[in-house]
Amino acid sequence: MRAELCAALMAHADRPEMVFLTGDLGFMALEPLRDRMGDRFINCGIGEQNMVGVAAGLAREGLEPWVYTIAPFCYARAFEQIRNDICLHGLPVRLLGNGGGYGYGVMGPTHHALEDYGVLLTLPNLTAYVPAFNEDVIAVIGSAAVSPGPSYIRLGRGERPAGAVLPAYAPWRRLTRGDGPVVVAVGPLAGAAMAALAELPVRPELWVVSELPLATVAPPRAFAESIAASRRLCVVEEHVGQGGLAQMLAVWALNAGIRVDGFRHQHARGYPSGLYGSQNFHRRESMLDPDSIRDAVLELAA
Amino acid sequence: MYVNKTMAFAERPDPTSGPMADCHLPPDLLNEARRRLLQMHWDSGVGHLGGNLSALDAMMLLHHEMIGPQDRFILSKGHSAGAYYITLWSLGLLTDADLLTFHKDGTRLAGHPPASGIPSILFSTGSLGHGLPLAAGLALAARLEGNKRRVFCLTSDGEWQEGSTFEALIFAAHRSLANLTILVDHNGLQGFGSTADVASMDPLGVRLAGFDVDIRACDGHDLPSLRTALAPGGNRPTVVIMRTIKGRGVPGMEGHMESHYLPLTETNYRAALAGIGLPA
Ligand SMILES: [Mg+2]
Repeated sequence: MRAELCAALMAHADRPEMVFLTGDLGFMALEPLRDRMGDRFINCGIGEQNMVGVAAGLAREGLEPWVYTIAPFCYARAFEQIRNDICLHGLPVRLLGNGGGYGYGVMGPTHHALEDYGVLLTLPNLTAYVPAFNEDVIAVIGSAAVSPGPSYIRLGRGERPAGAVLPAYAPWRRLTRGDGPVVVAVGPLAGAAMAALAELPVRPELWVVSELPLATVAPPRAFAESIAASRRLCVVEEHVGQGGLAQMLAVWALNAGIRVDGFRHQHARGYPSGLYGSQNFHRRESMLDPDSIRDAVLELAA
Repeated sequence: MYVNKTMAFAERPDPTSGPMADCHLPPDLLNEARRRLLQMHWDSGVGHLGGNLSALDAMMLLHHEMIGPQDRFILSKGHSAGAYYITLWSLGLLTDADLLTFHKDGTRLAGHPPASGIPSILFSTGSLGHGLPLAAGLALAARLEGNKRRVFCLTSDGEWQEGSTFEALIFAAHRSLANLTILVDHNGLQGFGSTADVASMDPLGVRLAGFDVDIRACDGHDLPSLRTALAPGGNRPTVVIMRTIKGRGVPGMEGHMESHYLPLTETNYRAALAGIGLPA
């Protein structure tokens, strides 16, 4: 999504308040933005804690900082700066984390972001965005740009199945209708799920979520009605189970008095074999690949 | 009780429009601030007084003589919040009633600067290593907006053991943030030992002189020395290393590490008041 990110940010780049900070990343992707923004495009070097603190200082003066780096170097390395300097003050700093989930593949575990939105959503005032398709990036950037508080944007790779027609961007979208189990995916995995569930003997209903937490972006009524009718729910996310969407939805369903009889949670399981590979390799290891998603849904339907 | 005759913060002249000749820190006000700081800590029965007393003179001088309405101050050594509150009180920005709530339930005056409730305080600090990145951001914002404001950041000496402080120093020096003045309250003590014993970087000025910054040293309890050191600098950031005494003005506390945490004893409190010429 880096090309889409660059294009989306270019649309805001002429705003004099906008400042773009990068932790020495963006080679072969963000050069057009750098050239357009001049002295408001700042390579902070390799020092993420400072970069996030600087962004808070800029936001305090009314500027509009965007902070870009590989996802874990943002939310994990600079967590206390995000907490104290940005979120305690509700400052509108936009954190762009590239490589959500296993996105950096064989680069190894230091580069994976398996607990980013779960960790960040413990903080006050923050909205997490997980664009699912390349086409979503421009809308997500536009939404974060006008958000009055802090934003974290988890970037991945768009996985729209060939020929698929997508509804316009929304925090919650129904991608397919059906009377089978309800499947809800966070971000790009929705594309993989869409392909996996296309031709099954049962008709699952597929939703995709791109904004959290549920407290500020509540599930739509149609989603609640589908769960109430189906009573079977499968949550798919490239994130550890702890702090993920499934836990959020469990509390939401309990509060709403919605009964779920059958439940599957397909989530990141770390490194079960101790071996490394591509993003797809790690998804298979965590049963997040199309076959595993299909099996989980068929079990739920049985 | 001292009557506050100094101008309120918002009414004071813009120091960039001319010398702040009218803004002179009266010695009796500084003495009164020290007394009020002691009383506030005594009333509340709390510690962290040592690092407040070492930083008070610089904070008072900055706010009464150097910081105008458009300038910025970050207290990176948030454990000196008490001295900061007293300084704001001396400017008429906090009241005696406010100070009575220090450390009490329902106060705005927490042990470290709060995130809300006191407009003069831009950031909640207290976790060391945060202030200098924030100040660098404020200084960068001023440059990007063509604003001539100065940004002051008061750090502790122990805080230079934090990596993020050095990240910010590298950034500020590389960007030649000349509007940034970094103060170091060099009292030589930290939470569980002397800085020399815990993780020495002595002499700190020599270490920091390896960066592209102007290093100045001064006596942090001598106002003329502070004034000279804090004057606007050249074309790169200024680091002012202030030789200070932890627990300054409290005879049983001066130079003792215990003053980092421990509250005043009655004996110390009475002796301190007598030491600054007030009835005990
Ligand atoms: Mg010290």
